[in-house]
Amino acid sequence: MLFRLARRNIWRNRRRTFITAASILFAVLFASFMESLQRGAWDNMIANVVNYYFGYVQVHEQGYWEEQSINKAFPLADSLNAIQKIEAVQAVLPRLESFALASAENNTAGVLVAGIQPEAENSMTRLSERLVAGAYLQESDEAALIASGVADRLGLGVGDTLVIISQGFRGVNAAGKYPIKGIAEFGSPELNKQMVYLPLPVAQYFYGAPGRVTSLALKIEDQGDIGPVMQQLRTQLDTAAYEVMDWQEMLPDLVEARELDTAGNVIVYFILYLIIAFGIFGTILMMAKEREYEFGVLISIGLQRWQLSVSVWMEVIMLGLLGALSGILLSIPVVLYFKYNPIRFSGDMASSLEKFGFEPIFPATFEPQIFLTQALYVFVLTAVLAIYPMMKIRKLKPVEAMRN
Amino acid sequence: MAVIKTKGVEKTYNPDKIPVRALKGVDLEIAEGEFTAIVGPSGSGKTTLLNIIGGLDRPTGGYVEVGGEDISQMSDNELIDFRKEHIGFVFQAYNLIPVLTARENVEFVMLLQNRSKAERDARVKELLHAVGLEDKLDKRPSELSGGQQQRVAVARALAPKPTFILADEPTANLDSASTANLLDIMARLNREEHITFVFSTHDQRVIDRARRVVTLVDGVIDKDERRE
Ligand SMILES: Nc1ncnc2c1ncn2[C@@H]1O[C@H](COP(=O)(O)OP(=O)(O)OP(=O)(O)O)[C@@H](O)[C@H]1O
Ligand SMILES: [Mg+2]
Repeated sequence: MLFRLARRNIWRNRRRTFITAASILFAVLFASFMESLQRGAWDNMIANVVNYYFGYVQVHEQGYWEEQSINKAFPLADSLNAIQKIEAVQAVLPRLESFALASAENNTAGVLVAGIQPEAENSMTRLSERLVAGAYLQESDEAALIASGVADRLGLGVGDTLVIISQGFRGVNAAGKYPIKGIAEFGSPELNKQMVYLPLPVAQYFYGAPGRVTSLALKIEDQGDIGPVMQQLRTQLDTAAYEVMDWQEMLPDLVEARELDTAGNVIVYFILYLIIAFGIFGTILMMAKEREYEFGVLISIGLQRWQLSVSVWMEVIMLGLLGALSGILLSIPVVLYFKYNPIRFSGDMASSLEKFGFEPIFPATFEPQIFLTQALYVFVLTAVLAIYPMMKIRKLKPVEAMRN
Repeated sequence: MAVIKTKGVEKTYNPDKIPVRALKGVDLEIAEGEFTAIVGPSGSGKTTLLNIIGGLDRPTGGYVEVGGEDISQMSDNELIDFRKEHIGFVFQAYNLIPVLTARENVEFVMLLQNRSKAERDARVKELLHAVGLEDKLDKRPSELSGGQQQRVAVARALAPKPTFILADEPTANLDSASTANLLDIMARLNREEHITFVFSTHDQRVIDRARRVVTLVDGVIDKDERRE
């Protein structure tokens, strides 16, 4: 019967019900949309940055990331097989990386020489798409592909010869000269001024480390697979010998930037919920005032205060539920739409993104958990605000409530 | 035996600020089956007295017994339950729960008492028939006239078989035809079912129908007349 009272009141005050539910709906929709868009943008951004070079997960010999030393190169064969068997790993990119001094005539420059498997590398980083001159590397080439910044610093072009010297594996001398097959341009100035790519066997020979690599970068399509892949790697590989790192460990700055941005949003949500809270509270306040006489009658004729409170609370909860559920229902198509029709940036923002080789688009993420959380927040908010009329009822004096 | 007994009942509003002595020692006994009007000028304390007898308000002095029980000693929650079982209320206006139909309004207190469906249905029919509204069972209060609403209120007050019915100016908002109709019903229920009614009024036509008239002046009983 208490429930019937509550339900009838919802129905009786249709206009109030509609306005309150609509404001809750809007809050849920807006918050879900905002969060989906923001997460989507970040996911997209991270995918771009990570796939640009690092990959979501890398495997090194234990201690390599800390030292970044060629002496931590490890034999490729045994470890690679196990990794390639993991379903969620689309490609394994073996690399032998170390710093070297490059020279041409009387110019010298510090460079990062990366031995790569051209095909595997291209499947993740799409290196070949950044070529501005010449051609992409083949597995069998005895040639180099260099960043345009390196080319400028050394005054070299396609067909010229690049001379590099370094210290190789376990202190051997490393020296070599290679014709330049292609020049690539990177949006990241960091990479653009120092990247020199060689086919892996050429680099291994150069560094005196045949059959060895310093890192394995893993291409993973779905970010959700990162955790399970890490898990599996850690059980399959000897963790005393190898270290498995995800992008968050390798790129802490990126993680921090995301957290900072997300933290900023907390303020926006806070303000949004504050506005919504006032709206809902206004409705509840009005209801408590409007129905004072009725409450007085009900208590006079024998309804216990707790029973009346329960009824009113159910009424408010139903309002909240109505708004939250319709908010979820409406959010789904809206977010899906922006997932498949991402917002596309233009102007300065777009061109700077494009320079990095990123598509200037911001797709929304579709994660049901987002709507559910937002709806839950609004619902909890409503439930808490519903305490107000209960307090009112606790103190209500029927005689006073019914005067006039 | 008296169903209602007040002894030295006093009520002072705002005792700390500007005190208003609404009742200054009221001794009143009402026996079962009486049909009593409380009359008196505006501000004489009629509403205050009815509220205290009905356990809606507490006296600041004296005591009230209903069916031999001292209700002044009861806690707030006990009073609510006591009202539910023993006292039927009819207020001046807006008595009914707007979202419930006539049937549901009458049924309401019986639901609180956990009466069986069969018992409720029978009683609702009987009572709405008694007040002449058997054809309005499923109407909401907003679909009923003021007089019809007051008749539903009387039916609702009677539903739990209370010890007596208290009505504070039940006809104040009614036209004369509805007033006469409501009084006919109350008088018949009193005569045929021996239901005790205590009501306050300003209306001479209502006073004329009472079998006992208690006149309050300035918070004390000035006259107490019985007629047959
Ligand atoms: N809650 C209250 N606070 C302060 N004074 C009150 C309160 N209720 C009633 N009074 C005062 O107590 C006195 C008696 O009021 P009461 O309402 O009982 O009179 P009444 O006989 O019912 O009058 P009416 O015929 O106008 O309904 C009046 O002076 C009134 O102003
Ligand atoms: Mg009065």
